[in-house]
Amino acid sequence: MTKLIDAPARPGRPAGPGRGGPAGGTGPGGGGTRRNVGSGIRNLMTSPKYGPVMVTAVLFVAVFVIGGVRYRGFFSGQVFLNLLVDNSYLIVLAVGMTFVILTGGIDLSVGAVVALSGMIAASLLQTGWSPGAVIPLILVLTSVLGLLVGLMIHVFKVQPFIATLAAMFLARGLCYVISQSSIAITDPTFVQLAVARIPLGGGLSITASVIIALVVVALAVWVLHATRFGRTVYAIGGGETSGLLMGLPVARTKVLVYVISGFCSGLAGVLFTFYTLSGYPLTAIGTELDAIAAVVIGGTLLTGGYGFVLGSVLGVLVLGVIQTIITFEGTLSSWWTRIFIGVLLLVFIILQKVLTARRR
Amino acid sequence: MSALLARIVAHRLFWPVVMLVVLLVINLVAFPGFFTISVRDGHLFGSLIDILRNGAPTLIIAVGMTLVIATRGIDLSVGAVAAISGAVACSIILGSPEPGSLATVAVAVTVALVISLVLGVWNGFLVAVIGIQPIIATLILMTAGRGVAMLITEGQILTVNSPPFKFLGSGFWFGVPIAVIIAAVVFGVAALVTRRTALGMFIESVGINPEASRQSGVRARGLLVVVYTFCAFCAAIAGLILTANTAAADANNTGLFIELDAILAVVIGGTSLAGGRYSLLGTLVGALVIQTLVTTVYTVGIPPIATMVFKAAVVTVVCLLQSPTTAEAFSGFRRRLAIRAGKGAAAS
Repeated sequence: MTKLIDAPARPGRPAGPGRGGPAGGTGPGGGGTRRNVGSGIRNLMTSPKYGPVMVTAVLFVAVFVIGGVRYRGFFSGQVFLNLLVDNSYLIVLAVGMTFVILTGGIDLSVGAVVALSGMIAASLLQTGWSPGAVIPLILVLTSVLGLLVGLMIHVFKVQPFIATLAAMFLARGLCYVISQSSIAITDPTFVQLAVARIPLGGGLSITASVIIALVVVALAVWVLHATRFGRTVYAIGGGETSGLLMGLPVARTKVLVYVISGFCSGLAGVLFTFYTLSGYPLTAIGTELDAIAAVVIGGTLLTGGYGFVLGSVLGVLVLGVIQTIITFEGTLSSWWTRIFIGVLLLVFIILQKVLTARRR
Repeated sequence: MSALLARIVAHRLFWPVVMLVVLLVINLVAFPGFFTISVRDGHLFGSLIDILRNGAPTLIIAVGMTLVIATRGIDLSVGAVAAISGAVACSIILGSPEPGSLATVAVAVTVALVISLVLGVWNGFLVAVIGIQPIIATLILMTAGRGVAMLITEGQILTVNSPPFKFLGSGFWFGVPIAVIIAAVVFGVAALVTRRTALGMFIESVGINPEASRQSGVRARGLLVVVYTFCAFCAAIAGLILTANTAAADANNTGLFIELDAILAVVIGGTSLAGGRYSLLGTLVGALVIQTLVTTVYTVGIPPIATMVFKAAVVTVVCLLQSPTTAEAFSGFRRRLAIRAGKGAAAS
């Protein structure tokens, strides 16, 4: 299987935003001349595949530098690590959403599923279940929900947004059925897992959530770029009929993508519960928008076919750094976060439009 | 006789109406006095009136949503627009020296409605001119809109004490709740304007094929902007009713999840999400089904918190029934039945 990775004819397959620049310069005709490097970079910035990711990478660095110049104490390793700590659940959500959007679908149920996972965890832990049983149960339940959504979309040809809207209703409704008020989590093992800091040396530390999120990201990168399933996901986004004609397992893949999103939502719910240490039925309203925004800002085309998991992670980091700046600013009310996310989403969609239109 | 029956069953409003009747019968069984309507202090009272009154905001938004969906679009921002209009109206009334005067309320309502027109044009611009998919285009306003509403109310719940504004939500006119009258007017105007002129046909043609309709002379772009603007306008009216009903603007909760109710009403009413065909009457039935479902949940004694689970079940069932896969299975079944009936007739 691994041989297949090098198959694409396009040079400069990026492993991540950082490597894109130099790789783009060494094209097939790549002499060492300066002009070639320049046009390589320009090609990279204006390609619908890599352009948005590059813009996002530049944006992230720029915002981080601006923050560092404006606020004392911003330019520290711990502030950066806290981006990961605070947004680990969103990273996992964005990974699941990337799979769905790559096939040209959308999953609006993720926020409600995060809330539902939190409610299940809180209520079961309250009755004395052990975390070792609760967490796997949540992951299985949310994967099954994803499976049902996937079947509804594929077998019954229901539009993705309406099927996931139904799942959203169901998950929120079940939250209320479990409890109408907030349930605190006091289980010592669970709390220990949630608050334990893993020292990295130099006074820096991260939480277990960050490691889980990074493992999920690594797995997703491997699945998307090195397995037959991953290539089928891209193929479906590029053109479902063509995929079908090529004999790819379109049906199985389309359903599996929603199972993955369900699983990721469940896991994100667990990580979110680590973060809040409680379950509340109205929590995480609008998180689906954050996840979609992160994926789009990260350069995944909404029509499917183009995009990277690492781009989505970068998208989450951009959203996170904006939130951090608003916190550091102090005088700006937190409602601005939502407005900024909306504006950023719009800017990147228009960017995508422009870049794809230029290539046609 | 059976031909008439077959035509009734085949009518696209048949199943929605059956659903509504079943829900009403369940209510009647659980609570025999359900259909009684009494007149108290010159106002109509009764469970049916409550259904109409509480369902009015959903119906108003669903009317706008029907037209948007007919163009093969969707508007997810209606809840946020409702919240913004409520927030604008309340903050104007609060800021004026005479919160109780009719003029203040008129200004507040007008400004709120005008702002909603701007928001609607914005949605329409993103969809029609820039060409963003409707789900995503309206998602932007849905995300940012609540933030804007929060900024207007400064994160507070604005409580107003203004009798004329309160009248908008809970007043009566000739015994009929004002909300119901407003909903009837919106529904009537939409039905008249789209069905008595060619506008409805244009909307449907854009839903079937925007490019083809443009080439045959329909101004698809302008039409899309108008339709999204109308939808935002409807959302603002509903937002004003909701806000006036509680006499408080709550940027977080006004119109929360109402976009789902509106979409649900449209889908139950038989308007296809693929666009190109719509039924305002179906939407009316759909909105009534949803509100009756909520009431049923209360009267039957199921905890009201479970309502959302029921809505999820209804939307799933309706979607599965509308699905081509199901239709194929059914038509196969019907063909087999017909063959069997034909054989039976031949034998006798």
